[in-house]
Amino acid sequence: MKKSLKERLAILSDAAKYDASCASSGTVKRSSADTGGLGSTEGSGICHAYAPDGRCISLLKILLTNFCIYDCAYCINRSSSNVERARFTAEEVVWLTMEFYRRNYIEGLFLSSGIIRSSDYTMEEMVRIARALRVDHNFSGYIHLKSIPEASPLLVEQAGIYADRLSINIELPTDAGLAAYAPEKRPAHIRRSMGELRLKIDEANDATLQTKRRKRFVPAGQSTQMIVGADQANDRVVLATSARLYGSYGLRRVYYSAFSPIPDASRKLPLIKPPMMREHRLYQADWLYRFYGFDIDEITANQPDGMLDLKLDPKLSWALVNRHFFPLDVNSASREALLRVPGLGTKAVRAILSARRLRRLRLEDLARLHISVKKVRSFLSTEGWTPHKLIDRSDLRSMFEPKPEQLDLF
Amino acid sequence: MRVVALEGRGELGEWRDAARRLLLAGVPPEAVEWRQEADASADLFDRERGDPEKQVPLEHASPALTVPRLFLDLAATAICHADPVRFGVLYRVLHRLQRDRDLLGNATDGDVAALHGLAKSVRRDSHKMTAFVRFKEVGACEDAGRRRFVAWFEPDHYIVARVAPFFHRRFFDMDWMIATPRGIAAWNGKLLEVSSTPGQKTALSDDTEELWRTYFSSIFNPARLKVKAMQAEMPKKYWKNLPEASLIPGMIAGAEASVVAMGERMARDPPAFHARIEAAAKVREEGPPVPWTLEELRAEASRCTRCPLHCSATQTVFGEGPAGAPIMIVGEQPGDLEDLAGRPFVGPAGKLFDAVAHEAGLDRRSLYVTNAVKHFKYEMRGKRRLHQRPDAGEVEHCRWWLDLELALVKPRLVVAMGATALFALTGERPKIADVRGTIRRSEHGPAVFVTVHPSFLLRIPDAARREVEMVHFKRDLAAVAAFGAPGS
Repeated sequence: MKKSLKERLAILSDAAKYDASCASSGTVKRSSADTGGLGSTEGSGICHAYAPDGRCISLLKILLTNFCIYDCAYCINRSSSNVERARFTAEEVVWLTMEFYRRNYIEGLFLSSGIIRSSDYTMEEMVRIARALRVDHNFSGYIHLKSIPEASPLLVEQAGIYADRLSINIELPTDAGLAAYAPEKRPAHIRRSMGELRLKIDEANDATLQTKRRKRFVPAGQSTQMIVGADQANDRVVLATSARLYGSYGLRRVYYSAFSPIPDASRKLPLIKPPMMREHRLYQADWLYRFYGFDIDEITANQPDGMLDLKLDPKLSWALVNRHFFPLDVNSASREALLRVPGLGTKAVRAILSARRLRRLRLEDLARLHISVKKVRSFLSTEGWTPHKLIDRSDLRSMFEPKPEQLDLF
Repeated sequence: MRVVALEGRGELGEWRDAARRLLLAGVPPEAVEWRQEADASADLFDRERGDPEKQVPLEHASPALTVPRLFLDLAATAICHADPVRFGVLYRVLHRLQRDRDLLGNATDGDVAALHGLAKSVRRDSHKMTAFVRFKEVGACEDAGRRRFVAWFEPDHYIVARVAPFFHRRFFDMDWMIATPRGIAAWNGKLLEVSSTPGQKTALSDDTEELWRTYFSSIFNPARLKVKAMQAEMPKKYWKNLPEASLIPGMIAGAEASVVAMGERMARDPPAFHARIEAAAKVREEGPPVPWTLEELRAEASRCTRCPLHCSATQTVFGEGPAGAPIMIVGEQPGDLEDLAGRPFVGPAGKLFDAVAHEAGLDRRSLYVTNAVKHFKYEMRGKRRLHQRPDAGEVEHCRWWLDLELALVKPRLVVAMGATALFALTGERPKIADVRGTIRRSEHGPAVFVTVHPSFLLRIPDAARREVEMVHFKRDLAAVAAFGAPGS
C-alpha cells in the first residue's frame, strides 16, 4: 500500500536530519512585492522554530528519496540499511514547500536525495523541483540544493541558476576515512565538483565589460559538511582539512556534525554518544580561523594529541600557553591583538575601539559594554587595573576550568 | 515638574513633537515626567499634549534642531518599546546630544547603554515576530480568487507597524491579516493597512498544521537533546501560539528511551536489493585495461594515488594536446587555477606562456603541454594557497605518467621549463642559468631543450630586468618554433 504524504514526510525528514546545515542567510535580497509571487529573502536568515535538540529549523529539510545505491557506513540511508524507504514526487516537494512557506513555517527548501538510478538522473529531478518553484510558482524564498556526487557539471550549473546555495559533503576529514566508510564516493570527485563550482561562481561575480552587472549564480555560495568522531582523525587533521577547503574553494561554511548513532547502524561503527562538546570546540576553532585572525596551526599547536581541549575554549587555551602575549592595554592594543583576548568577541572589540576614542577605559566601562570582567581581567590592563600577578599565576588554568561536580554517594 | 502624556503606541512623531517643544523651551530632563496615556491620571496635571497654547507652530518659531542620523534610527526603534521609561531615556539623550555630539559613540555611558538596550529588545521582538507568526488559511475570497490567511501573535512591544513591511515583501500573492493585542496589519493585494487598535484572537484550524507537526517531530535528533539552547531562542512565552510547541514536552520525555532503543536494536542483515546493487556495481568495475591511448591514460591518471599529494589537491591535472604533437612542453606542476580547472597552463604563468609562444610563432593547439608533477602542491598561508616546490620523491612518483605521455605523444623535441621539469626529464640538476637555451639529451627519449619557467618571469620585481628576461625567453621559444617548423 502506498504510504500517505504524512508518512512519507516523517520518513524523508527523519532521513534528512543528519545534515547539520539549515542556514538561510547570505543570499541576495528578493521580494515578492517585486515579482508579484510569493517569498522574500532578507539577507540574514530567520529561524522559524527550534527543536529540543537546540537546532534551528529554518528550511524544509527533506530528501527527495531515501533509496540509495551507495553504501556509506555512517549514513542512515545506505543501501544495506533496513530503514523504511519512501519517495516524494517532484510535485509533492513543490506543494509542501509552498504550503509551509505560506504559513510562515519556513524560509525555503533544503533538498537532498539518496542516489537512485544514477547521479545525473537524481540531480536532474532536483533541478526540476527548483525550476518549478522559481519559474512555475514564482517563488522567491530560499533554496538550498545538495549536489549529487559525480553529477554532470551542466546539471550543477543549471542548479546554480535556481538555488541560493549548493553544497556537497566532504563527509570525512581524510581520503582514507572516506575510502573506508564510503567506498563508492571518490574524494577527488567531490573536490573537483567544488573546484568547478568555485570557478563558475567567480566567473558570475566578475562584472562583464558590457553590462557591469553580475550574473545571479548561487548567491549564497557553497558549503560542506564533515562528520566528526566516526573515524580516527584528530582535530588537527579536521581543521587542516577545513582550512584547505576554505582556501581552495571559497566555501562559506564547513559544518561539523558530531557522529550521531543512527537506527539500524552498520556493524562497522560503534554506537557512541555524539561528541557534542568536540563539535562545539571545532566550531569555535573554525571561527577563530575565519574571524579572529588565527592561523589554523596555532590553534592546535600546543595540544600534544592534536585534539582541542574539551574543558576550555580554544582561544582561552591558546592564551594560557601564550602568556607572554598578555596583558594587553585595552586603551592602546591593536584590533588584531584585542581579538586574541579570551572573552572579547568581534562586537566587543568594535565597541572598545569606538569608546576608547573618547576616554580612557576602566574595568567598569568594560562591564557596561557587556564584557565579562571576570573573564578578561587576567589578560587586560585598563585605567586603574593591572593584572600582572594574575597572569603569572600557576593556577590560572584552574580558575577557568569548569568546577568539578560533586559525586553523589551511592 | 511638567507631565507629558503620550499615547505611546510605537509612533515616533508624537514624542518628537513634544521633545522638540521641551528642548526649545529649555526644559531639562529632570523637570519632565513622561507618562503613557493609559496610565496617566491626566486631569491633575498640566498636560502638554493637546494644550493649544503650548503648541507653537514649530516651523516658524524654532531655530533648527539637529541630531546625528544614528539617533533618529535608534529613537524610531526604541519608541516601540512598551516600557514608559523610553520617553525619558530618549529625551535625556536628546538633551545631552545638544552639547555632546559624540555621545552616542560612547557605549559606556549609562544613558546611551540604556537607549541601546531598549532598541535591542525591540529589534529582538521584531525578529521573533518575523519568525513565529503562524498563518492559518481561512478560505478564498469569493471575488478576487486570492487565498486568505490570518494569524494571531502576541509581541512584547509596539512593533506591528515596524514589521508589517516584512510580511508585505514576503506574502504578496495572498491576502493576510496579523492580529495582535498591540495592533493589526493586513494586506489585500492593493493596500497594506496598519492600525494600533488591539485585535481579536480567532479560533481556527488548518489541516496543514498536522504536516508541520509531523515535520517538527521527525527533524528532531533525540541523541542531541539540548533543551536550554532551544529555549534561549524560542522562549516559552511564544509557545502558546505555535502549533508545533505542544509536541515539545513529549519529544523531550521520549528522547532518551528512543536513543536506548536505537542502541539495543541489533544490526540486521541488509535488505534484498542491497545484494543486487552490489552485484551490478561489480560488473561496472571491470579492471582497468593497460592504457594504450592518451584518453585512457588520462582516465587512469585521474585516479592516481602514487604519492600523498592527491589528498590535498583538487584533481589530477593531466597533459593536454594532440597525440603526435612534434613539441612537448613540460612545466613544473599545476598552480591554483589549474588545480581548480583541471587543465594545465590556464593560470597567470600559462597565460604568459601562451602570449610569448604566440609571438614566437608557436601555436598552443599544436603543442602537447604537461607538467612534471600532476597534482598541485601548496601550503596554507592564512587563507591563501601558496605554491610549494615538489620534492624529488614526488617527481619520481609522477615520472611514471610523464614517461607514458612521452611514449604515446612521441614528440621530436621536449621543452623543459625550469629545474623541476629538467630533473624529471633527465635526472640532472644543473643551474638553469648555465644550461638554458641548450639541448640536453637523455639516454633514451627525445632531445630536451632547456628554458626558464614563465612563473620565474612573473616573480622578478625589477621591471628592467624582467624586460631583459622576457626577451631571452622569447628567443628561447623562437628557437623551439624553428625546430618544430616543417622541414627543420
